[in-house]
Amino acid sequence: MRFGQRFYLYEVLSGLGLTAVHFFRNMGRHIARGLGRAGPAGSVTIQYPEQRRPYSPRLRSLHRLVRREDGSPRCVACMMCETVCPAHCIYIVADEHPNPDIEKVPARFDIDLGKCVFCGYCVEACPEDAIRMDTGILEFSSYSRGGMIYTKEMLLALEPAGPHGVPTSPVPIPPDRTV
Amino acid sequence: MIADLGIAFGRVAFMMLFVLNVAALLGWVERKQSAIMQDRIGANRASIFGLRLLGLFHPLADTLKMLTKEDFRPARADVLLFTLAPFVSVFFALTAFASIPFGDTLRIGDRVVPLQAVTLNVGLLYVFAMLSLGVYGVMMAGWASANNYALLGGQRAAALMISAEIAIGASIIGVVMVYESLNLMDVVRGQGQLLWGVLPKWGILTQPLAFVLFLTAGIAATKRIPFDTPEGESEIIGYFVEYSGMKFGMFLMTDMVETIVIAGLCTSLFLGGWQVPYLYSAGFHFPWGAMLALPALVVTVLQVGSFVTKVAVMIFFMMLIRWTLPRFRYDQAMRLGWLGLFPLSILNIVLTGLVLLWTRG
Repeated sequence: MRFGQRFYLYEVLSGLGLTAVHFFRNMGRHIARGLGRAGPAGSVTIQYPEQRRPYSPRLRSLHRLVRREDGSPRCVACMMCETVCPAHCIYIVADEHPNPDIEKVPARFDIDLGKCVFCGYCVEACPEDAIRMDTGILEFSSYSRGGMIYTKEMLLALEPAGPHGVPTSPVPIPPDRTV
Repeated sequence: MIADLGIAFGRVAFMMLFVLNVAALLGWVERKQSAIMQDRIGANRASIFGLRLLGLFHPLADTLKMLTKEDFRPARADVLLFTLAPFVSVFFALTAFASIPFGDTLRIGDRVVPLQAVTLNVGLLYVFAMLSLGVYGVMMAGWASANNYALLGGQRAAALMISAEIAIGASIIGVVMVYESLNLMDVVRGQGQLLWGVLPKWGILTQPLAFVLFLTAGIAATKRIPFDTPEGESEIIGYFVEYSGMKFGMFLMTDMVETIVIAGLCTSLFLGGWQVPYLYSAGFHFPWGAMLALPALVVTVLQVGSFVTKVAVMIFFMMLIRWTLPRFRYDQAMRLGWLGLFPLSILNIVLTGLVLLWTRG
């Protein structure tokens, strides 16, 4: 330590000056805002549930199953996503599709979000573009493990997010979720 | 008789309510001030009927949380000392404020009431005695917890307190020499005089070095950052590591109350206490000859307001320090106390003596 620094006083005062400038500048801005004047905000805080920062279009959020025009899932139960999933969180039960041109349809398509690592491999593996992660929904939580399992019907009902990643469909709530 | 009792009760009650309420508010001040200093907003979610009031309900919520938490006691702890420690800690912190004057005399009928909880001729010594005794609570907590980290914290607190108290005691001797009294009321009255006929004779002008030394040692005595080695939450957690619930809350409150005590002492010794510059019992007397007569009650209200404002400014300053500086390492804190503050306080005494000898002949 230099001799001058051993006295602490100069360094302490310069530090206090820095924080004091921040305090009074931000306080002035808060008061100006409180009086209804326009101006820079006194803080960089985003009041999260009420305010949201825009999400990137690349954001991987809650999955959804893409629908055909008749409302049935585009998924053909080829098991690609279930195979590629590193967390083994997708469970598919295949069934015959009534249309002979389409080979299969999922009878069940469950995603256990408690296991999902949101890697997006399922989206990339899908040959039919049947699963996407563009709902913008991030807030899904549950008091039980069962409540984290999202079924085919719930995933089919979701819509893609609007501009800035604002979700357009409500957060699906599993029936066994305890509130 | 009953009137005297009522007046005595009122003096104590005013001081008690002032200290306790400000101590409760300090939690809010601490959160909000640090937030604004760091470009944040700070706690603002606690609400009653949707009313948030800038987060003013957070201290209330905190208190409720502390009161309803489990009051845990380690199996091998010393029951008596473990229970007694937080009470000892908070008791001495609260009583230390008693002899700090918050106003001049107040005339009620034919009674003259000094605005001070307790009138003591040795008020200054009393305050330091109480501040020093406060460390016993911390040491008891550290010893009785039967936890090595708590013991380390208690010992660190004792070492820090001794090095800080020495510097505090030595640094105020200069003030006592200038104002020639140990009675805090007389010290504050002495600061009402004028220096060279213009400047108020406040302690910060007559004893600038002592002010810096006293403030530094005083912050060390509050055991808060940058002198929180007894706590050291990132290394040993400290003397209250085994405490929970309201007992833990009482240790937190002790730190807050000690902050107020140090702020009050700084105000009384160095910032003129309840003095308003140029305000005397009859009204303002400006040095250029102008006068403004004021009724006695207005003067008293101005004086009490002045004291409260100065304490608030000092608390702001101490919070600013607390949220700016990192923690001193244990040996650095010791070295600062023994090799920095203490010799400088002695130097201050010698210098003050020389100046007094020169000016007073």
